[in-house]
Amino acid sequence: MPALMAVVSILLLLALWQATAMIVGGRLLPGPPVVAEALLREAESGALLHHMGVTLLRVLAAFALAMSIGVGIGLPMGRSPFLDRLFGPWLVFFLNLPALVVIVLAYVWFGLTEAAAIGAVAINKIPNTVVLVRAGARAIDEGLVDMARVYRLSPADRLRHVLLPQLTPTIAAAARSGLALIWKIVLVVELLGRSDGVGFQINLLFQTFDVAGILAYTIAFVAVVQLLEYGVLQPAERHCQRWRRMPADA
Amino acid sequence: MRGLTLSALAGEVVALVGPSGCGKTTALGIVAGLDRAFDGRVEVGPRPDGGLARIGYVFQEPRLLPWRTVRQNLALVLPRAQRRGPAVDALLEALELSPFADRFPTQLSLGMARRVALARAFVVEPDLLLMDEPFVSLDEPTALRLRGLLSDWLDRRPTTVLLVTHNLREALALADRLLLLAPSPGRVVAEVPVAIPRAARDDATIEALRRDLLSRPEPAFRLLA
Repeated sequence: MPALMAVVSILLLLALWQATAMIVGGRLLPGPPVVAEALLREAESGALLHHMGVTLLRVLAAFALAMSIGVGIGLPMGRSPFLDRLFGPWLVFFLNLPALVVIVLAYVWFGLTEAAAIGAVAINKIPNTVVLVRAGARAIDEGLVDMARVYRLSPADRLRHVLLPQLTPTIAAAARSGLALIWKIVLVVELLGRSDGVGFQINLLFQTFDVAGILAYTIAFVAVVQLLEYGVLQPAERHCQRWRRMPADA
Repeated sequence: MRGLTLSALAGEVVALVGPSGCGKTTALGIVAGLDRAFDGRVEVGPRPDGGLARIGYVFQEPRLLPWRTVRQNLALVLPRAQRRGPAVDALLEALELSPFADRFPTQLSLGMARRVALARAFVVEPDLLLMDEPFVSLDEPTALRLRGLLSDWLDRRPTTVLLVTHNLREALALADRLLLLAPSPGRVVAEVPVAIPRAARDDATIEALRRDLLSRPEPAFRLLA
């Protein structure tokens, strides 16, 4: 039933789109068939796959960087009031830094390089991850931490078996919002300083007012991000949370 | 707490008995090195091989990692090299936990979870075993069963134990020596050695010992009532 409603919902959106396209008309808002045609054309030429692949790699690199650094900073800040007070104000500053400023400065300071592009995207996401993970780390069960100390678990084991499992819901939330934010910023980074990727391609299409092409790339990319969400993030989260759903039958 | 002095010989089972609020749990935390905000001294002798003494701690709540199975909970407290060895399975077998080895703690009853917590303390082969009301809030048969498992294990492998309890029968069933604690400030007010070997203490003996303690005239023993 929910699956059926999802199909109905998407069909409704397509119908609305088609109707609006028929009223507005012309190149300003092409309807679904025209966009589908553009999508097919880009796919056949290989351009779609190439640019999407490049963008996806950048998204994944920035995502991995932002998540690991975000957890690396957020966890100690949540566990230590001293570190929290010392670096809390920095966090406020970075949270309010506009994405565009970070991107422009990264390109100015480090050149129009891949590292600058990916780093700039990661820096935009890190403060947000830190805030979420810090909140999660404050709620960590001290009883289990004491247990780990008495039984002399190594720092690596404490992280892997005691701390991170308690942060799973927080990290999953950060990963979700992170993926959505990061892919949007990656397009901006590509538009400003890269010569491939979906953002670069959209800039080209913009210069020729090819709205059909722009919509084709947008739809393809939204589809891929949704695929990541349902195909990777959610199964991973379910795997980490499987102990919660076990029936108490003993 | 003020002026609290405890000592235990190697292989001795010492019970700390007293009403709540006399610092029993705090004392265990200090011995375990969890609580460092105190003035005083804790000495735990080195192992025969000169290494750091191993501590097993059975907390008042089982404190198992809910996201790890029973087997993993036991294996994790061992050094990495021993985790896949026979120790874990042998202990699961001994405590009749084998059928539950792959369950998560959320699937266990409190009695079972406490049994796993006991197994986790045993598996490290502790030189010092700290137990904080390990059988509290269990029904009597389950508590008796677990007490029996502890007693058997101590017979096979003599271990220095600090057992915190408010249950006088439990203390008399397990300990070589009882320390009676009183609150504000938490301190030891009486010391009661139990001369009868643990294996020879049946219900009647324990009951007789208990009556004897309760009938003593000194104020320290009035706290037990």
